[in-house]
Amino acid sequence: MDVKRRNFLKIAGLSAAAGLGASSAFTQLFKGDALASEEGHGGETAGHAAPAQGEHKAEDTEFQYGMVIDIPKFAANKGLAEKCIAACHYEHNVPDFGNPKDEIKWIWLDDYEHSFPDASQYKRNAGLNDLPVLLTCNHCANPPCVRACPTQATFKNDHGVVIMDFHRCIGCRFCMAACPYGARSFNWRNPREQYANGNYKFFKHGLNPNYPTRMRGVVEKCNFCPERLAVGKPPACVEATGDTKAMVFGNINDPNSEIAKVLNSNFTIQRNPAAGTKPSVFYII
Amino acid sequence: MYDKGKVLTGLAIFVAIVTFPVWYDLVHAQHVPKLEKPTLSKKCVADIAYMRTSHMVLLDNWRNEVVREEKRKMIDVEGKPYAKSLQMGCMKCHPDQKKFCDECHTYADVDPFCWDCHFQPQKETK
Amino acid sequence: MLEKALVGSNKYWAWVFFLLGVITIGGLFYLYQFNYGLGATGMSRDVSWGIYIAQFTFMVGVAAGGVMLVLPYYIHDFKAFGKITILGEFMAIAAVAMCIMFITADLGQPMRIMNVLLHPTPHSMLFWDMLVLNGYLFLNAICGWVILNSHNKGVHYPQWVKPFIYLSIPWAFSIHTVTAFLYCGLPGRHFWLTAILAPRFLASAFAAGPSLLVLISMILKRVAKFDAGEKAFQKLGTIITYAALANFFFLGLEFFVAYYSRVPGHMHTLDYLFWGLDGHNNLVLPMRFSLTIGLIATTMLLFPQIKRNEGTFALSCAMLFLSLWIDKGVGMVLGGFVPNPFDRVTEYYPTVIEIGISLAVWAAGALILTILYKIAISVQAKEA
Repeated sequence: MDVKRRNFLKIAGLSAAAGLGASSAFTQLFKGDALASEEGHGGETAGHAAPAQGEHKAEDTEFQYGMVIDIPKFAANKGLAEKCIAACHYEHNVPDFGNPKDEIKWIWLDDYEHSFPDASQYKRNAGLNDLPVLLTCNHCANPPCVRACPTQATFKNDHGVVIMDFHRCIGCRFCMAACPYGARSFNWRNPREQYANGNYKFFKHGLNPNYPTRMRGVVEKCNFCPERLAVGKPPACVEATGDTKAMVFGNINDPNSEIAKVLNSNFTIQRNPAAGTKPSVFYII
Repeated sequence: MYDKGKVLTGLAIFVAIVTFPVWYDLVHAQHVPKLEKPTLSKKCVADIAYMRTSHMVLLDNWRNEVVREEKRKMIDVEGKPYAKSLQMGCMKCHPDQKKFCDECHTYADVDPFCWDCHFQPQKETK
Repeated sequence: MLEKALVGSNKYWAWVFFLLGVITIGGLFYLYQFNYGLGATGMSRDVSWGIYIAQFTFMVGVAAGGVMLVLPYYIHDFKAFGKITILGEFMAIAAVAMCIMFITADLGQPMRIMNVLLHPTPHSMLFWDMLVLNGYLFLNAICGWVILNSHNKGVHYPQWVKPFIYLSIPWAFSIHTVTAFLYCGLPGRHFWLTAILAPRFLASAFAAGPSLLVLISMILKRVAKFDAGEKAFQKLGTIITYAALANFFFLGLEFFVAYYSRVPGHMHTLDYLFWGLDGHNNLVLPMRFSLTIGLIATTMLLFPQIKRNEGTFALSCAMLFLSLWIDKGVGMVLGGFVPNPFDRVTEYYPTVIEIGISLAVWAAGALILTILYKIAISVQAKEA
């Protein structure tokens, strides 16, 4: 952010503050990038080590988990993408309702044309559209869903992951309208509906007893498996790729990380970068 | 007093309604809840009196710390680590929802929505 | 003054009980939706807002429309609006109440609605929308009630209300501006991502709100012997005409930008709404109908003879209101979700449950309006 704009915001913020204490509200309103790292805390962690004023955080968050998805490797390993999806959807008890209206998905497959509708489709090379493209939440550095959420139920944590707090979500679905990537799903009905014999109807991949389900009326999406990262494991989908290196995961802002080196030595693209959201998921085509 | 009859009838109805919870409870008095004691350990993450009145506050704080602040450090009680989690923490010692949680919740007629999402250990098989 | 709503003709009570009946049936539908979840509606992963939010957006406009009476009457001292201004303020109250009901009906977890206050979030436009809507409800309730109460006692309204009246004027503009901000600040939705959305909203609101008021006043003239006065009607007609002209002018600008620039993102939703996209065209007929009757009504209103004749004036207002209701209360919100981020088209049809609940909200709004108008007219009748 340039100095002029910063000064303007300072002055404007101060003048708006009269009696309202609104200066932080003002900077929060107009400083999209700064939201990122702050949102998780709202006003709750005043003593936190992170800089309290949004102004100092105009750059990317220091720590930003990201992912490189190597499409040719997925194309070479038939069934690998499906394995990733199954691993994720089992790990997080993602229900399968069997119809597109109720559909919930954290990670899924689509073709090139519909994954990158903003890229040129004109005279594209044959076969490109047959590639399996894995799609998931982009964990944007500048996430519009976090900006939209009226309760901070979705927020960016210290590792740059866009997280859902299912207990706080009121189900307004503003985040779904805000997401330019269609990464968010809503629980249109109770995912834990049971048959008369007590079996669950919608958990096709089986039930993971170590992870809760959701209830109807809340939004959900990929969360980069924070509970696995905390114990040193990679996200479930990354683990499912085994030694293929079809997915590389890590802190993209650490120049010494594996993912930073992959990004540095490959041509990668992102979904709809023009939206200015700074997606953290990159694709090798 | 004008309309003596009407006023007194109204007053009687009002008193009856207001005191409804009291005499309803007299008729429907339930047994005092008796919780299943854990066998694995004797000491909880906080003292019993606090847990009895404020376990929901503790759980809420845990959730905020774990989900929102990435503060997942285990809680150490007499050398034993406990995860800040209902499912992975509390229910390691109190595995039976019916004999522990529901016992009081039913008595107090509260209906927390924990089990809309979380599982109790018994249901581990699919 | 409330007691005035408790005495009325048989027709009055029949109307009240009819509305209560509709509310009860819709309430039962809501109970079903509450237990099953929002899957009871036609909404889906791709079209994640439906007629609840669309109707909410439209009703914010109707609420804001009340300012077209308050402004001339209190700022420009336009005396002819003396009798009808209170109706505008009360219409705003009913409309905002409907907005709140529509939002609540749309929530997946309505029991958690207070989380918006518990975790105030200034960077969310929904937070601001909640503030301005409740503020507007409060302002109109204060102004309307105190002024009417003074009328009832035959005294001039107290001076302390004046700041509230003046504040309610910019506030009316704010409610619809912030409602536009809900949509026009989202990076991935090209149809909404337009700086002209707030002006478009305001223009359509200032045409639709007063149109509805004209129609209601004409009904009141017949059923309640309330005459707003010819001069008030004519002035409203002028306001409606210019607002409608601005509305269609703005719409034309959208068409120009989309089809002259030929940027696909700008064209796609308009394609879907007016011509059909990838074989999907469920909104084409309503949208073309809306545009046609809207333009005809606006043209009609330009002729003084048509405006002066009560029948044709009412007809043009009704056509215009219907046109704007389809445009904003259906097409604007649903269209924004098409095509989806994967450049695919998912169509949306409301379910019976959804329509039933929406009708109940309309009935609840009509009931609030009926009661408030009953009081207002009884007071004014006593005065006369």
